[in-house]
This record gives sequence, C-alpha cells and structure tokens, in this order.
Amino acid sequence: MKKSVKNIVMFSALIVLFMLISSQSAHAMHIMEGYLPPLWAGIWFIVFIPFFILGLVQMKKIVAENPKNKTMLALSGAFIFILSALKIPSVTGSTSHPTGVGLGTAMFGPSVISVLGTICLLFQALLLAHGGLTTLGANAFSMAIVGPFVGYAVYKLALKMNVSTRISLFLCAFVADIATYFVTSVQLGLVFPDAETGVVGAIVKFMAVFLTTQIPIAIVEGLLTVVLYNLITSADVEKAGVFK
Amino acid sequence: MKKQNILLLLAAVCVMLGAFVFAPKDAEYGGTDDAAETAIKEVQPDYEPWFESLYEPAGEVESLLFTLQGSIGAGIIFYVIGYNRGKSKNANA
Repeated sequence: MKKSVKNIVMFSALIVLFMLISSQSAHAMHIMEGYLPPLWAGIWFIVFIPFFILGLVQMKKIVAENPKNKTMLALSGAFIFILSALKIPSVTGSTSHPTGVGLGTAMFGPSVISVLGTICLLFQALLLAHGGLTTLGANAFSMAIVGPFVGYAVYKLALKMNVSTRISLFLCAFVADIATYFVTSVQLGLVFPDAETGVVGAIVKFMAVFLTTQIPIAIVEGLLTVVLYNLITSADVEKAGVFK
Repeated sequence: MKKQNILLLLAAVCVMLGAFVFAPKDAEYGGTDDAAETAIKEVQPDYEPWFESLYEPAGEVESLLFTLQGSIGAGIIFYVIGYNRGKSKNANA
C-alpha cells in the first residue's frame, strides 16, 4: 500500500520534471493551422467524420454495458491529455510529444479514441494554437484514427502470439505513436510534393523530420503506458479484466 | 510490480537523457512542427497559410496552458485510481 503511494508520487514527480524540461517556449507537432489547403482540409474531414460517429456510438454502447466503464473512459482520455502535454526533447534537437492513445485503445478498442483524441486536439487547437481547426480533420485522422487502429492490430496480434499483456501494451502504444507521425508525413507530402523527387521524396523528407524525433519519444510513451497499466491493475484488481 | 514501475520510469528517464547526449551540440529544442514548417518553406517557399489560429497565447501563457492540460489529465487519472483504491480497501475492511 505504502509502496504504491510512493509510485504515484514518483509518477507525478516525473510529470513535473517533464514539464520543467519542456517549459521553454516551443511548438510541438500536428499539422499547423492553415497549412493544409482547403481542399485537403476538407478531404481529411470527410474521412474523419464517419470514424468520429462510429466512436460516439461505440462509446454509448460501452457505457450502457457497464456504467463503471465511464470512469475508465475518462481515465483513457485523461492519459491522452497528459501525454500530449509532455513536450519531450529528442535526439534531433527538437521536441515533440507522445499521443497517449495506446491505453484506451487496449481497453476499449480503437474507435472510442476517435472521440477522446479529438477532444484533446480541440483543446490544443483552441487554447494553444497548436495544430488547428482547419487541420483538425487531418490531425484527428492521424492521431485518433490510424494510430489507434494500427496499435490495436499490433496489440491483438501480440496477445495472440502469447506475448505478455505488458509487452503487448508497450508495442501498442509505440506503434500507435509511430503510425501517427507516419500519416502526418504522408499528409504533408501529398500537399507539398518535392520539386525534384515528387510526393514520395517529400514524404521521406517529412518522415525524416517527424519519425527520427518520434522514435525515442514513442519508447517513453510505451513505458509510461505500462506504468499506468500497473497502477490501474494494482489499484483495483477487478479492473485488470478491462484489458482483454 | 512496484519495482517494475520504478524500473520503467528509470528507463524512460534514461531514454530522454540519452536523447540529450545524442542531440546535436547547439540544439535549440524547437518543436517538430517548426521543423516541418522549415521543410515546407524549402519545398514551397511561396506557400502562405490561409487560416490563422483564432487565439495564439504568448510563450509563457502557452507553458501555463500546456501545464494546465497535463494537470487536468493527471487530476482525473489520480482521482480514478484513488477512488478505486479506496473502494477496494473499504470492500476488504
């Protein structure tokens, strides 16, 4: 009991540490406001909206199934909130932040994240000028849809191969994070093709910007996700059943 | 499990410290979206963003809001964990 309190204190201390490190003024990531032409902004919105609706339906079902799930949904959303506030310095000399979608994905499947992730993106777009309203569809598609869906596939596959829940969870969070930035690179590459190497060359260029920064951050994200899993399951044994 | 958490947190810190070691010497730690902006400017120097953020906080205010965002998340998470812990403790008593 005492030890778990110590764990929570350490976890909070670590968050404060992250925030001190990242408190220098710096934007982090997501496609910036106005950087997608109206046509592309519209396309990504059209792709994003069905997933958002699916997420809402799924969420309603999950809560109806067991009202207790509401708190776990809140917790999944809160984890996305924390992790996407952590601007972590990386090997490239720039900062970026994790996405935090892995935990909720493993608990409730990827579709609810399309709602939870979008809430977080909206907060950042409105209050932090981080990401944007016109690019919300594109950013939600990468972070709240593709990331979770790819992460979920990896999570299920790993479990099927008898990998332990913790390692599967780590992989889920890691892959979801990397997949998010892969999609972001593609989205930017499509709009800003390189004069010589075309769309593919541009995608590679943006991947060099985002992915190299993101790899260590995705590792940190995976580790923190497992820490929270440990905290949840030690706090309430019956909740362990939430992770299928 | 408790030990495992401490090890995991240590590993996370090590990855980040490692990032400092391997980062270029004069790193300024700007955000990757600034780096992406630079990349865009290289490819299409004449691109003008067609929409501006409705509200853009000053640097220090931005830090505040980022911290607020993290705090909201942390508050909810520890409330839920604490609530469940209290409940299971009551159930055992």
